[in-house]
Amino acid sequence: MENQQQNMTGSWQLNCPVSIPAETDCVTLAHGEGGRLSRKLIQERIISALKNEFLETADDAARLPRLEGPLALTTDSFVVSPLFFPGGDIGSLAIYGTVNDLAVNGARPLWLTLSLILEEGFPLVVLDRVLLSLAEAARSTAVKIVAGDTKVVPRGAADGLFINTAGAGELIEPVPPGPAFLKEGDELVVSGPIGQHGMAVLAAREQLQFDPLPQSDCGSLLNSVTQLRERIGDRICCLRDATRGGVAAVLQEWAESSGLTLSIDERAIPVTSGVRGMSELLGLDPLHIANEGTMLIAVREGAGQEAVSVLQSLSETADARVIGSVKTRGLVPVTVKRTLGPEQPLHDPLGSPLPRIC
Amino acid sequence: MKYLDEYRDPAAAVRLLDEIRRVSTRCWTLMEVCGGQTHSLLRHGIAAELEGTVELIHGPGCPVCVTDQADIDFACQLAKRSDVIVTSFGDMLRVPGSQGSLLEARARGGEVKIVYSPLDAVELARRHPEKQVVFFAVGFETTAPATALAVMQAAQDQLANFSLIVSHVRVQPAMESLVESPEHRVQAFLAAGHVCTVMGYESYDQFVERYQLPVVVTGFEPLDLLEGILACVRQLEAGETRLENCYSRAVQLAGNQSAQDLVQEVYQIADCRWRGFGFIPSGGLSLQEKWQQFDARVRFPDCGLPVIANSECRSYEVMTGQIKPPECPRFGKQCTPETPLGAPMVSSEGACAAYYRYAGV
Repeated sequence: MENQQQNMTGSWQLNCPVSIPAETDCVTLAHGEGGRLSRKLIQERIISALKNEFLETADDAARLPRLEGPLALTTDSFVVSPLFFPGGDIGSLAIYGTVNDLAVNGARPLWLTLSLILEEGFPLVVLDRVLLSLAEAARSTAVKIVAGDTKVVPRGAADGLFINTAGAGELIEPVPPGPAFLKEGDELVVSGPIGQHGMAVLAAREQLQFDPLPQSDCGSLLNSVTQLRERIGDRICCLRDATRGGVAAVLQEWAESSGLTLSIDERAIPVTSGVRGMSELLGLDPLHIANEGTMLIAVREGAGQEAVSVLQSLSETADARVIGSVKTRGLVPVTVKRTLGPEQPLHDPLGSPLPRIC
Repeated sequence: MKYLDEYRDPAAAVRLLDEIRRVSTRCWTLMEVCGGQTHSLLRHGIAAELEGTVELIHGPGCPVCVTDQADIDFACQLAKRSDVIVTSFGDMLRVPGSQGSLLEARARGGEVKIVYSPLDAVELARRHPEKQVVFFAVGFETTAPATALAVMQAAQDQLANFSLIVSHVRVQPAMESLVESPEHRVQAFLAAGHVCTVMGYESYDQFVERYQLPVVVTGFEPLDLLEGILACVRQLEAGETRLENCYSRAVQLAGNQSAQDLVQEVYQIADCRWRGFGFIPSGGLSLQEKWQQFDARVRFPDCGLPVIANSECRSYEVMTGQIKPPECPRFGKQCTPETPLGAPMVSSEGACAAYYRYAGV
């Protein structure tokens, strides 16, 4: 009380409501108002991190060259919490997520747009770290960020940083026909251990002390999809990165599109010991947990092992396995064979035990 | 994975299954008490493999399922207050009270948080002195030591903004109430391994003596369960009624003394209302007089609500073994995990949810 009074009477601080400090270390509402600070943020931090010929013109729209093949277009928003987690961060996630969506749909990813929604007070050094990671992911997948937008919302209206990326790519023939064209006998392949991303984010968010700590699989599928298509392209029916809802959600969607039953064998599915331990402890099923660099591939009968050999020759998909096959429609759309006993139905995950994982 | 794979070995499981079939001269009716065991039996296909040899009745052992609706309604009422943060374990959030679940309360603006340990709720109270943090303490004797520790920690830190809704339940009185009922068909019990890890199993001596039923302390992995079942069947075939421990790698006769001390320091045995069962004498725990300041019901005396019971749910018959979940006319139709009529369809350890997820194709 004494101190307070002293402050009130003993010292006057001039706080002009319109003045802006010359340098701030965090995002302010002024950064989003289109003035000098907005320009400074965009020029000195964003464009300088993502440098390319399209961004340098700084027009409101990117003018892109004509393509030979048809265009594929996708968009995704990223709200993961925490922003940094073992194996990745929101920046790399925002690039790989969109690149993977294009790649598994048969396109060569080319251009991305980038929208940042920043919360007032967000530290600029953290923004720099995210942009650095974003730039590195874009460079490694040879995509260019050609347009973007930045908005700042008042403190409390967002959680630090939200990102949206849209991506465009050129479809490369032969484009996999898609899950509606699945046939009885087709084989199902998973490109690596499942459930790593969801578990890594959960462990980081809740500060769960697991040893080993699960690492996110956050990464690009572009190389493995390209290799797979070059080698057995005509025998691939469909590919999908198994993000939210995990492998179970992809299988459900494919079963629905094809009207067939998809059967998998739990014992064939690669799961790291970290993910398995966490699943057992928390009562979660790795089949329901999100991935960010692991895909499911359906290939024609007899091509499963060949797909696995191609994938296993690449370091990022060294643990690929055939996990099941497509059957005539039974009573349920997706079945799983577990340790003992008969096949069981595999349901969609219900609600999410792990909110905001991507 | 160590301590998992060796207890899930399919070849060993097949040997145990064969042995159970070989020893049985008739179909015996066993009850597994714990919801974790129910899930393991269905997930690993054991219940289906033993059809005709052993009938497994899925007991009341999911604490989330038996939590009184009045407690859930009370928690939801508290969540509506702008000065309160309600915390609990993830499962509890989805269970409907008579007027919605905590998850719905959160969607309508209430502050409801999942915690992984009761001590996280204490930490939350420490960080938010401007809020009242209420921990919804559910669970059997296995979780009670951790919530007791949270109360003691809050007292030590002199936190005036932390309190508990105590919904702890005790296994043995429920088993007693079950076998006292004239409709019961149980011939032997698989006792819940995790509860025995904390409480030991000495107290089952009297139970076995009094009701003349075999009790076998059993674990959760497929081989643990099969060994427990085999031990029950052997006793039944030999006309014996004994207390046996088939989970000795985790359970000792006297249990975990320091955990029991914590519970005794903070709680006292109390009569308790179990959802689906009704009133069970000595069926739960309540805070002792000296810890009353941490009782949310004392701190918020005006937040109770009358309970509107749902008469369509037949969970009592499921939990007492009178019907199997699929025999309920609403199972899988009006009642699914997305639209549960009763708690056993909601909780990840509930018998109805287990059937919905794992019942054979």
